Amino acid sequence: MSVSPAVNEETGQVEIFGIRHHGPGSARSLLAALDAYQPDTVLVEGPADADPLIGWVGADGMEPPVALLGYAADRPSVAAFWPYAVFSPEWQAIRWALHRQLAVSFCDLPAAQTLAQRRRQGSRADDADDADDADDAEAIREHHGDDAETRDEQPVLDEGETELQQRQQQAVHDPLALLAAAAGYDDAERWWDDVIESRMDGASPFPALTEAMAEVRQEVGSIPGLAAEREARREAYMRQTIRATLRAGRRRVAVVCGAWHAPALTLPLPPAAHDGRVLRGAAKRKVTLTWVPWTHERLATATGYGAGVTSPGWYHHLWTAPDQPIVRWLTAVARSLRSKDLMVSSAHVIEAVRLADTLAALRGRPLAGLSEVTEATRAVLCDGDEVAVRFVTDHLVVGQALGSVSDDVPTVPLDADLADQCRRLRVKREPTPRLHDLDLRKAHDQAKSTLFHRLTLLGLGWVRAAESGIESQGTFRETWESAWRPEYAVTLVEASVWGTTVESAASATVDKIAARGSLAELTAAVGDCLLADLPIALDRLLAALTEKAALDIDVIHLMEALPDLARAQRYGDVRQTDTTTLRQVSEVLVVRICAGLPHALGSLDDDAAADMRRRLDAVHAAIGLLSAEPAAAQTAAVPAPDAANRADPGRDGARTTDEATDSRRRWLKVLAGVADRPDLNGQLAGRIVRILVDADLLSDGAVRVRRALSHGVDAAAKASWVDGFFSDGAVLLIHDPVLLSLLDDWVAELGPEEFVDVLPLVRRTFGAFAESERRAIAGRVAAGSGQQSQRPEDDLDLELAAPALATVRLILGTSR
Amino acid sequence: MTDISAPPGTADLLRPHAEHVFAAELTALESSDDRPRPPHWRMSPWAVVTYLLGGTLADGTVITPKYVGARRLMEVAVATMATDRALLLLGVPGTAKSWVSEHLTAAISGDSTLLVQGTSGTSEESIRYGWNYARLLAEGPSAAALVSSPVMVAMRTGAVARIEELTRIPADVQDALITVLSEKTLPVPELGIEVAAVKGFNVVATANDRDKGVNELSSALRRRFNTVVLPLPGNEEDEVRIVSDRVADMSKSLELPEVPAAIEQIRRVVTVFRELRSGVTADGRTKIKSPSGTLSTAEAISVVTSGMALSAHFGDGLLRPTDIASGIVGAVIKDPIADQVAWTEYLEVVVRERSGWAEFYQACREMS
Repeated sequence: MSVSPAVNEETGQVEIFGIRHHGPGSARSLLAALDAYQPDTVLVEGPADADPLIGWVGADGMEPPVALLGYAADRPSVAAFWPYAVFSPEWQAIRWALHRQLAVSFCDLPAAQTLAQRRRQGSRADDADDADDADDAEAIREHHGDDAETRDEQPVLDEGETELQQRQQQAVHDPLALLAAAAGYDDAERWWDDVIESRMDGASPFPALTEAMAEVRQEVGSIPGLAAEREARREAYMRQTIRATLRAGRRRVAVVCGAWHAPALTLPLPPAAHDGRVLRGAAKRKVTLTWVPWTHERLATATGYGAGVTSPGWYHHLWTAPDQPIVRWLTAVARSLRSKDLMVSSAHVIEAVRLADTLAALRGRPLAGLSEVTEATRAVLCDGDEVAVRFVTDHLVVGQALGSVSDDVPTVPLDADLADQCRRLRVKREPTPRLHDLDLRKAHDQAKSTLFHRLTLLGLGWVRAAESGIESQGTFRETWESAWRPEYAVTLVEASVWGTTVESAASATVDKIAARGSLAELTAAVGDCLLADLPIALDRLLAALTEKAALDIDVIHLMEALPDLARAQRYGDVRQTDTTTLRQVSEVLVVRICAGLPHALGSLDDDAAADMRRRLDAVHAAIGLLSAEPAAAQTAAVPAPDAANRADPGRDGARTTDEATDSRRRWLKVLAGVADRPDLNGQLAGRIVRILVDADLLSDGAVRVRRALSHGVDAAAKASWVDGFFSDGAVLLIHDPVLLSLLDDWVAELGPEEFVDVLPLVRRTFGAFAESERRAIAGRVAAGSGQQSQRPEDDLDLELAAPALATVRLILGTSR
Repeated sequence: MTDISAPPGTADLLRPHAEHVFAAELTALESSDDRPRPPHWRMSPWAVVTYLLGGTLADGTVITPKYVGARRLMEVAVATMATDRALLLLGVPGTAKSWVSEHLTAAISGDSTLLVQGTSGTSEESIRYGWNYARLLAEGPSAAALVSSPVMVAMRTGAVARIEELTRIPADVQDALITVLSEKTLPVPELGIEVAAVKGFNVVATANDRDKGVNELSSALRRRFNTVVLPLPGNEEDEVRIVSDRVADMSKSLELPEVPAAIEQIRRVVTVFRELRSGVTADGRTKIKSPSGTLSTAEAISVVTSGMALSAHFGDGLLRPTDIASGIVGAVIKDPIADQVAWTEYLEVVVRERSGWAEFYQACREMS
């Protein structure tokens, strides 16, 4: 912008309308003032590069609350929102101008610059690694709140800011609230009505307000730090825009901006050279802007917007009610209470109106405000019941209005992508719940499932796994339920900071977990990642996982991570995903576990040992799953030995039965190594012996049982050993004659006294079996001696059964 | 109106009425009050709120606070009195309901004695009117034989009547109020007349919502009342202040020998009460059982007062932990079994561990 002292500012007239953001009173006064002033150009505070979007304000289908969304084109996670409600003065000013076909444009710092600054600050706050999307995005999200509340860009607040700074901040956000508070009002809108509207005799209140603001600005002093720089830039830009507008030959310019800025923009403007200097060399980045639907709830303080408007519903009412706002409001409250079956009669409403008016008189206010109305609601309509009052607050005072955006408005790219995918997959966004039964063997259904899983990762509540459950129907079936609610449009907007497509957004979410999560979270995410078919994110996740696993010194973490991985791998195979890397990671994990396990087992008390036993079982099962994998992937008809032969250790460096059984062998070897350690808790010792017996690696199982339960061992240790060895073994005892005879022999050999000693210990374990199980075991024991002859082994055609047996053997993971 | 030309003898009274105790404040408020007054009100609603919450007048008169708590509650209460709805003060026992109602009436109509005490035996006569049977028999029904109830007196004079413990009154008797509150008249069919309420008449009722055996208000009656729920004191400082102020007042009127009201002991009582009431210790770390009693501020006041009496007459004139221990045990243990458990648990878990509470712990152990 050329800085020429010859700007003919004098010939043009500029009126500054310092308004209160989201203030219905301001909006009303503003419209009257605009009517009186008859400008030929209207400038509104808002990102200047959103000018092409300004025409949409008047379009059909635009229902406030809506917000301008600006995001960096190269990284959508850098974004900011500028929300407008129907009662926002800016919104009304734009509509007013559009209706009269006048020139109207935004005059604040372009989003291209604000977001560029944002980035600079973001990296200041965490200069660790600029390339880390997740970190950056995190920093940005905090900004939304601030922006949404005030449309004044806020600095990253330093902790421990002083009270003065807070006051300064408030002054910038809502300086009128400061004036109102000074006058003893808790509701700035009522102050506006009382002081401005009802006492100004129709004259425009804005000149007086600008003067008052000049005072406030002096009083508050300069804003500290980064904010000062930013504020200076914004005001400089606004002034430059005003100059440019005047130069373009406009004669009557109206500027609608936050009251705080009003004194800085009034004519005569300071020399342009200074502003030019302030603005020179500002960083810029490519920014995309669009309109998105917004909600009253998100305008409200209650959702964490600090100094935002606390009662958008009330403001909306003040704006829309043609007359008698108090009466109409209390009638609406009564109606909503009746909808909750609370008996409220018209007589109640009459009394509530009276009480509100009396209270206002008592407090010396010309009109009842929200606080008086709420008191009256509590005392008269709700009979002092706080729950009912809260209901009224949620439903009316804050309100649950959801805006909508005209169909033609360029949407958030994420939304567009989702709409496109939905169209392709023939999934409708409908409010009524609908069940989707997916068969993952069909390409179409699998695509749907992938989409649903990605949406779940994004936290979009539209689809969720339905009750009937995935597991009960086999791994190739999934059941989902979808029900669209309008709020999800906002969730989508929120999610859109993560990426422009569903896939990239979901990937970004996974990346965030990869960067921040614990080992367990990471492994859980692996499963999600596979289901959502995000191979690139999965690679990054696995890289992070490997690194974490290497650094994690706690073998317990590793043990907890492995089962998830093993399961994930299995799902991966069902979905025909390439799980090579995943397998490698699991193998490495097993090696690490095997290395660390012996140290983790010693000297555990009973509780810790119980936890460890659970982990031991889980890891054992997981390793079984890993070993069984190749067979499951191949057709059941191929016999196992054949599979082993076909496996080529060199091919792909993984996925071979050899390596799989390798981990299993390694695992069992470690267990065999620790089984005899004296510092092992009884539970663990019992469990390990049991695992080894099951795997046919111990020939002296019976002896070990006897030894563990003999005289020299103290009672508690015996009990826990039995527990470790036999618990969850009911079914095995019923069906495994070897195990049963082991137990039976031991009991039979006990002397009478010994038996009495041991009985309570054994009972503790076997008492936990279901009664039917116990009965079945007893039956077996009774039939016991003849067990060998009960097997009709001789009738089997082993040749015929061989393939089936081989497969079963592989699935069970035994080599017996 | 009942004759209460009491001021000369006030000093001798065990508990003088509010309008006598605070006569000076009321007069000062009345004379300095230039705001509009509703008909038959002694002062403007604004002045009533000032009387209740305290403040300093233009002429320097200090008005002591009568109610410590949220200003908006008192504003709603006073504003209600200026409408034609009656006021219902609701709350658990000991939340200053009667206290507020007494002071409200004292400030508004200068007379807090138009009182109906609600019990399960309260009859319709005490709300409407009764008869002087000697006269009734001798002269037949006549205005002279009519015995007015406080409500009727209030209607005639445009004053405010008080009804204490409204929910303890049997439901059919309660409903006698409906005509009074909606029609603002009280017909006397025996004489063929009706008493119409003079402007300024209203009713303040109190009720507690936690008591056993209460008679719920019919919805017809309920909707004649605006409800203000008086909460238990919000924070410890407020409660300590209430207790110490009231204790000072009471020991003055009971003429207890001067005992320095040890703020430390008062704080201890308040802490014990608050913790037991909320079921969690002040630092939020330990969950404890709540006893069945309400443990209101009023009870805390009486524990401290009786402790002061004990120490004045039997102790060394200083309020010691031993003096308050007996009161506390009595206040907490209302149910001999369940509360005993809660109290012992509290003693052993919380009190015993607390530094500086050893003497108090010992005293309580000896009591229970």
